[in-house]
Amino acid sequence: MQKQYSIPHVQERAATAEDSIPVVPLKHPVRLALAVILIAAAASAAWDVAVNERYRWDVVVSYVFAPQILAGMGLTIVLTVVSMTVGIALGTVLAIMRLSANPILSTISRSYIWFFRGTPLLVQLIFWYNIAALYPVVALGLPFGGPSLVLGSANVLITPLGAALLGLSLNEAAYMAEIIRGGIGSVDKGQYDAARALGMSGGKLMNRVILPQAMRVVLPPTGNQVISMLKGTSLVSVLAISDLLYSAQIIYSNNYQTIPLLIVASLWYLLMTTVLSFFQNKLERRYGRGFDSAPRLRRPAKTQGRRPAKTRSA
Amino acid sequence: MTNAMVEARGVRKNFGATEILKGIDLRVEQGSVTCLIGPSGSGKTTFLRCINHLEKVDAGRLYVDEHMVGYTERNGRLHEMKERQTARSRLNAGMVFQRFNLFPHMTVLENVIEAPVHVLGRPRKEVVAEAQVLLDRVGLGNRGGSYPQELSGGQQQRIAIARALAMKPKLMLFDEPTSALDPELVGEVLDVMKSLAQAGMTMVVVTHELGFARQVADQVVFMDGGVVVECGPSEEVLDNPQHERTKAFLSKVL
Repeated sequence: MQKQYSIPHVQERAATAEDSIPVVPLKHPVRLALAVILIAAAASAAWDVAVNERYRWDVVVSYVFAPQILAGMGLTIVLTVVSMTVGIALGTVLAIMRLSANPILSTISRSYIWFFRGTPLLVQLIFWYNIAALYPVVALGLPFGGPSLVLGSANVLITPLGAALLGLSLNEAAYMAEIIRGGIGSVDKGQYDAARALGMSGGKLMNRVILPQAMRVVLPPTGNQVISMLKGTSLVSVLAISDLLYSAQIIYSNNYQTIPLLIVASLWYLLMTTVLSFFQNKLERRYGRGFDSAPRLRRPAKTQGRRPAKTRSA
Repeated sequence: MTNAMVEARGVRKNFGATEILKGIDLRVEQGSVTCLIGPSGSGKTTFLRCINHLEKVDAGRLYVDEHMVGYTERNGRLHEMKERQTARSRLNAGMVFQRFNLFPHMTVLENVIEAPVHVLGRPRKEVVAEAQVLLDRVGLGNRGGSYPQELSGGQQQRIAIARALAMKPKLMLFDEPTSALDPELVGEVLDVMKSLAQAGMTMVVVTHELGFARQVADQVVFMDGGVVVECGPSEEVLDNPQHERTKAFLSKVL
């Protein structure tokens, strides 16, 4: 269908002397000087940290793989995974409710987000921890005092861990709802037309066409949320749950090695967030396929001769 | 006379207080090509979208293949269709959009097989073979693995046509299919549309390409202000318009 035309002028043009004139790149002496100063400053700071005995690196090393610390880290991971999973699932439901044409559904969703984003997470956690003071008995029943099935005492059913999971998940859902709503809103309206014209509707349209495209916009802030959640779980130490931070606190309350144990905890937090960032990057590439930022499009074209113009780094 | 593929009787459509369609009467015969022309805001695109129930008809009746669009008649009343029912009724018509609206997160081949596999539930292997034939037909048999973003506008629009054809529609609707294209790329899309018309597909085309209308259309409809001003065989409407408004429009376009 497309014919290839040769463009004689370009092909037959012989190389001239001008083509081989060397190009001298612009030099940046100030930039170079600044870089040298900063490297020197960083090296000196690192040296100070390494030789300052009050950091007690020996204590750090001896506690890095301590069983309590590793168990605490396990709990931190469980809290993060469960809260994020529930948060994303509930957040998706809230986002779709918020976008619903039904005013009652969207108002309920809006109120939920208003409340859970508007009060401090710490307060919410302590609230769930003390829920038994408000509702001593958990029961399933008809509203307005109808007959009910007693499930048990709130103190037994809502353990500190349960309270932590409730607090973190419900709070996260509010944030995720807004992120997902933004993602859904970013999908071109023409995509709905195209999908409908092909006979799709409801869930199929959402799952096959809209949500996969929303993912591209949803992922970067969600990665942020996961990392923020991983560190945010340290708030549950107020509920006496032995997560990573609380485990470190228990140890240093006995041996008074506060700083070394906080370093131990921080090292693990750093490691975990680094791993998360790595997976975030992979996911973003996966869902970026077919868009401008797709990896296959990022590879700069091979150019000859002069230094190629700067392309976006891969 | 054969049965009409599309029959509109007094179709009206409002957006809020603005009346976009003020009673459209139109017949599109089976196997014929109808071109809708007219200035922007004349309601051509809205009418085309009504045929596919992407817009709800507010009054009047619109039949596609003798089935009323978007409503069922029971006991002398019109009942609005459920979303699923509407979705099924849309399968009669394939639609091609001005801005292509290919699914950017799927490859070309995935775009074409998406609806046959996931809406009709047909076996993937069979659909892939058919999709390959369709891609060859629009001249892009070797681009199945590309993403839409990597193709030119003309190529994307040809893929969009293949995607619509994969559902084996009885009717094809084109909404200004060449308006978003570079002038160099218009021809390749029109060529595909011409071959489709020659193969006997019923087509309704909203277009500004009067050359295409003259060459391919059996019927040209000139719309303005939400009404059909003039309607007839292409040589009559385009070369010998009766209405002043049509004359004024054509003199500016040509």
